[in-house]
Amino acid sequence: MAKTGYYGAFGGAFIPEILSTTLEELQRGFQKAKEDPVFWSTYQDLMSTYSCRPTPLTYAENVSRHFDGPRIYLKREDLNHTGAHKLNNVIGQGLLVQRMGKTRVIAETGAGQHGVATATMAAKFGYSCTIYMGEVDVARQRPNVFWMEQLGATVVPVRDGARILKDAINEALRDWSTNMDTTHYVLGTACGPHPYPEMVSYFQSIVGTEVREQILRQSGRAPSRVYACVGGGSNALGVFSGFLDDAEVELVGVEAGGEGLETHKHAARLASEHGSVGVAQGYKTYFLQDDDGQMLETHSVAAGLDYIGVSPILSAYHEEGRIRFEAATDEEVLEATRLVMRKEGIIPALESAHALAGAFREAPEMNDESVVIINLSGRGDKDIFTIADALGDTAWKSFITTKAEEYRA
Amino acid sequence: MLEDYIRDKQKEKDILLMAHVVMGYPSIEETFELVRTIVEAGVDLMELQIPFSEPIADGPVILQASQAALADGVRVDDCFRLARKITEAFDIPFLFMTYYNVIFKRGEERFFAETREAGICGAIVPDIPPEEGESFMAAATANNIDPIFILAPTSSSERINYLARFGRGFFYCVARKGVTGATTDFSSELDEFLDRCRGATQLPLALGFGVSSKQDVQFLRGKVEIAVVGSQALRLLNTNGTKAVGDFFRKLR
Repeated sequence: MAKTGYYGAFGGAFIPEILSTTLEELQRGFQKAKEDPVFWSTYQDLMSTYSCRPTPLTYAENVSRHFDGPRIYLKREDLNHTGAHKLNNVIGQGLLVQRMGKTRVIAETGAGQHGVATATMAAKFGYSCTIYMGEVDVARQRPNVFWMEQLGATVVPVRDGARILKDAINEALRDWSTNMDTTHYVLGTACGPHPYPEMVSYFQSIVGTEVREQILRQSGRAPSRVYACVGGGSNALGVFSGFLDDAEVELVGVEAGGEGLETHKHAARLASEHGSVGVAQGYKTYFLQDDDGQMLETHSVAAGLDYIGVSPILSAYHEEGRIRFEAATDEEVLEATRLVMRKEGIIPALESAHALAGAFREAPEMNDESVVIINLSGRGDKDIFTIADALGDTAWKSFITTKAEEYRA
Repeated sequence: MLEDYIRDKQKEKDILLMAHVVMGYPSIEETFELVRTIVEAGVDLMELQIPFSEPIADGPVILQASQAALADGVRVDDCFRLARKITEAFDIPFLFMTYYNVIFKRGEERFFAETREAGICGAIVPDIPPEEGESFMAAATANNIDPIFILAPTSSSERINYLARFGRGFFYCVARKGVTGATTDFSSELDEFLDRCRGATQLPLALGFGVSSKQDVQFLRGKVEIAVVGSQALRLLNTNGTKAVGDFFRKLR
């Protein structure tokens, strides 16, 4: 047996022996599905009838004029069912579970988007569903917990470790180590042991295939730059997949700059000097860790980017220099969010607003003949509490206070 | 070296006991006293776990102990110092248990050179399969440290035979699916798995995960050379203190 699932020096499968057979089965199941043309067409059909694929590419005319720079286009992953690109991956894995004959799915979630998408998929396919979510995230993302439970999932608050996304992944791995006979682990991003990075980016490539065709048709030319936010990296790999072979298209990943890189309160594994290569949660990549290899706390206003590791595929492109990585701070992100709401009538997820902020920072210096694509990976309704807090909206506060008093009565 | 020790010990005991502690839990000093108590209770080998922040193969008991040690500021350097003090004071073989990132981050060469200097003779690292572990195994064996590989009941016989090629010292067989600390049903199903392990290797076998009582150890007599007891002792430490752990090991066999 040989090392598999490597992207340059990154990736691999660093997992306890108890899971090795299960991962091998998954790898075989995925390869077989990939080779079966019916599988992809079933997937595409479902994505166009159950979700809204192909999602539109919107010319952001007012924002473009505002910067007096390039023509800016938004790939509208926010218009997917459940409101983000997450569903692309989840439906793909759901179909795979059907082929593998398992009856239960488990998933980790941070902000709750991947949890809601997985619970949705489980309801549709008739699987039982358990979602692991750090206790801290359960407390700050109650609306998503509510929806997961309404969709029939069991949400388990994870009380160990830092009680956030990484701890939810550990707990999901422990569940899987115990229940692999009936259970598939629906990992939400292009991280984890082989074959997850490959599999998740395969399903997300539907974004890149669509957007490439759309931009050529709508603008008549290839983009000069494509921007995507980077948490684990699945939406970025999705949209970038359409342009990896076009050397003239610059690809820019925007990580969470949090309160500023100098404060160390961020989640910039590649764009900062603070990340270093390590092995955890089943794979080798850049992590935010200390000299002993203990993982550090991360910070972002966007829970979906608040993670210690990054896709090994992105680490490889980072080292090759094919993808450039930047970071946007919480403050820049809120500013970009406000601008897009006012100018385009679109409410972006705070995660996706990192891509907007990264692009807006560079737009004024760009030639006005050029074309830019920003992957709008999700919609922002879910962030209503965070955004209202950040904007200090007094009417919202009094609404919540009144509501709380009603409940107390 | 470990293998010779085990063979030798078997002449006096029909089953050996391997205990486990998390270094720095409840504190560095208390770990040392805990080790003393356990050694005096007659165990034959011991795992010293270097805490890691993402211990995916461990259940809640060991996970929480690791977390507490890290929160107390326990560093890998502290663990090496403690390990050296332990191996100088007590005359049984000690093994490190940890996760691969701790080794990777320190550098495999350096880690195993320091491991040898600390008087440790083996390493149990659950997240480094041989496919990923070429340089890991080379660095370990160059320093005379036995890398202990894990065999699992979910693995095919073909897989077990493959893993058997890389073992040194002994093999660590996990009794069931899941993580450390949950209950194990000691039944004939286990016999079938252990037969497959026996068929694959001449090395001694240790069995762990869920071994928590005299009955469990009795069941394993004649089936494996070593019974591994981890979470149950830690649970007792948490509820009844160090002395209770000593009493527990004394009555285990």
